[in-house]
Amino acid sequence: MAKITLDNLAHSYLPAPAGEEDWALKELNHVWGDGEAYALLGASGCGKSTLLNIISGLLHPSQGRILFGDEDVTDQPTAARNIAQVFQFPVVYDTMTVRENLAFPLKNRGAEAGYIATRVQAIAQMIGMEDTLDRKARGLTADAKQKISLGRGMVREDVNALLFDEPLTVIDPHMKWELRTQLKALHHEFGHTMIYVTHDQTEALTFADKVVVMHDGRVVQVGTPEELFERPAHTFVGYFIGSPGMNLLDAEVAGKVAHVAGHEVPLGGTYDAPGGRVQIGVRPEFVSLGDAGLPVTVTRIEDVGRHRIARLDFEGTALNAVLPEDAAVPGDNLRARLAPEAVSVYSDDWRVTPQSRSEEAA
Amino acid sequence: MTLTLENISKVVGSEVHIHPADLSLAPGTMNVLLGPTLAGKTSLMRLMAGLDAPATGRILWQGQDVTGMRVQDRAVAMVYQQFINYPSMSVYDNIASPLRLQGKGKGEIDRAVRETAEMMKLAPMLDRKPLELSGGQQQRCALARALVKGAGLVLLDEPLANLDYKLREELRLEIPRIFEESGAIFVYATTEPEEALLLGGNTATLWEGRITQFGPTAEVYRQPADATTARVFSDPPMNFLSATKTGDRIVFGDGEEVAAMGALGRLADGAYQMGFRPNHLEIERHGEEVMGFDTTLSVTEITGSETFVHLDHNGARWVGLIHGVRELEIGAELRVWLDPAHVYVFGTDGALVAPASYAQAA
Repeated sequence: MAKITLDNLAHSYLPAPAGEEDWALKELNHVWGDGEAYALLGASGCGKSTLLNIISGLLHPSQGRILFGDEDVTDQPTAARNIAQVFQFPVVYDTMTVRENLAFPLKNRGAEAGYIATRVQAIAQMIGMEDTLDRKARGLTADAKQKISLGRGMVREDVNALLFDEPLTVIDPHMKWELRTQLKALHHEFGHTMIYVTHDQTEALTFADKVVVMHDGRVVQVGTPEELFERPAHTFVGYFIGSPGMNLLDAEVAGKVAHVAGHEVPLGGTYDAPGGRVQIGVRPEFVSLGDAGLPVTVTRIEDVGRHRIARLDFEGTALNAVLPEDAAVPGDNLRARLAPEAVSVYSDDWRVTPQSRSEEAA
Repeated sequence: MTLTLENISKVVGSEVHIHPADLSLAPGTMNVLLGPTLAGKTSLMRLMAGLDAPATGRILWQGQDVTGMRVQDRAVAMVYQQFINYPSMSVYDNIASPLRLQGKGKGEIDRAVRETAEMMKLAPMLDRKPLELSGGQQQRCALARALVKGAGLVLLDEPLANLDYKLREELRLEIPRIFEESGAIFVYATTEPEEALLLGGNTATLWEGRITQFGPTAEVYRQPADATTARVFSDPPMNFLSATKTGDRIVFGDGEEVAAMGALGRLADGAYQMGFRPNHLEIERHGEEVMGFDTTLSVTEITGSETFVHLDHNGARWVGLIHGVRELEIGAELRVWLDPAHVYVFGTDGALVAPASYAQAA
């Protein structure tokens, strides 16, 4: 196990990058704590795979260094970095049995037979494949093959880090639960440093202690799931995390009040008049319907089972609210109240810290 | 335009892929096929399309037997998980291609292509090649090709599975609108319960080649006909426990005993399987008429606004979805609470005896 330091790291796929947009990964300094579980979350093309490939050694960065512990590994090939990787699609040897597949990384490193047998058994139990250990991998479902890939990724206990690149894409929802829970339990038990790349917010948030959100080649926020949910540092985090994402409304902000299209919205903190494009953001979970607040009409109510999503129209702008499962479908002359303590203020997409706010001062 | 399946089955070698099924899809309806991988969703769609011949039964389209008819001769369009477009053709030519095959006139083709492109938000990209588009736009292009023919039956086989989470959210929101504009019968296969709920319409749940239930989506969700349907239509999975009612007491499989409260008091004496959804499990006691269970916490997952708790209850694994972020210690003993109004009662054979009383009221 080791902490991983990214020092002044940046990457461009072009030989002579000029403008900012030429950098797939913009300059980044970050320390991945020893034994922590991270998720690297972002949309396709945000740079998360570039970053993962630099950490694993598949890609040499254009700039900067990468350290495992105190050792500079920037120039080391993947094989020398002592890491385990699991990819989006299964990588298994079809002609080998499940047991041989799982044992492969240990055999390769000359582990002793008794240890291999015990370890393979433990991993097989974890991925629920004890009964198929002696079957050839050929002919197994994609699901089963990916479980073998996951198992093989975790079979070695002495790796510096475990890197997962969208490992559950091909797995059924029900199985996703099981595997994610097992990964989590495994992390709790062994304390590997884990980096899990995904575009799926549920996977990222539930798996990780800390989520690193990337957008457009840049890390826009590193935080606990709670921080990302309650105080998105960038409008992208507000949009990308949460389903539906955060509501954003153009506003003028002064003191403890925002003015939105001529309506007043009370805020939970006090602000100097921020510059640039000013918006207020509030998650649908903190929008309630009643007789006070912004005038809205209901466009559509979606029944998602455990709650309802109200799609609202506020003077031409779409606004979403999450209502309880048993909520009555609201009637006419409806108003949407934004819980003041849950409203964030953004200036040119970045969150503005209020001058005073009870919860943040605490 | 009604699609009727009469006693349709599919057998490959000695394996039954689809057990004899009857299904009638009304004109202009959205129909979801919900089930895990290998449940038979794709097999059923291929039968509907005429891509495969059934082992038994007939397929009727507007009352006419089309069982042996080639797919080319029927008004069917199908969209797959992998976006299929012609890479060397422009978006315009891709969308136009099915009409050209039908030998339509130039003016008519142009009108249909532009209209469909407008609906699919592809109008500004008609001159581009598919590979110059984002994943979401590529799938829109594939959808446009399916819709442009004005086929009466549109089959979508997990069309969003390969898209980023947020793109999926966006397209999923549009599909009901696109469907309404097209007036066709839509059949939409998915593994995700939440997707089925968001799409609305009707849902057929599939399990091991059988249609376990078919009806309005919210009704199938709230009033599943059997334990299998309830399991298929629940993510995270529904929690189950075995119970015996004797007089005014209920004894659970492990010997825990509670008073038969609420609707449970009206059950006849006998053995049952009881099920409840994760979002109905509480870790704080609300009210008097609730049942308490002792569990051990094995894993927690925090989504930012909610906490999933994975619990061991006498050897069975339960999942609870709790509002808010909870810092709970792994391994801790946790007393959890369940309102009898949220309990589904199934017979030992799995057939529904009584839906949760809250769902009947809804």
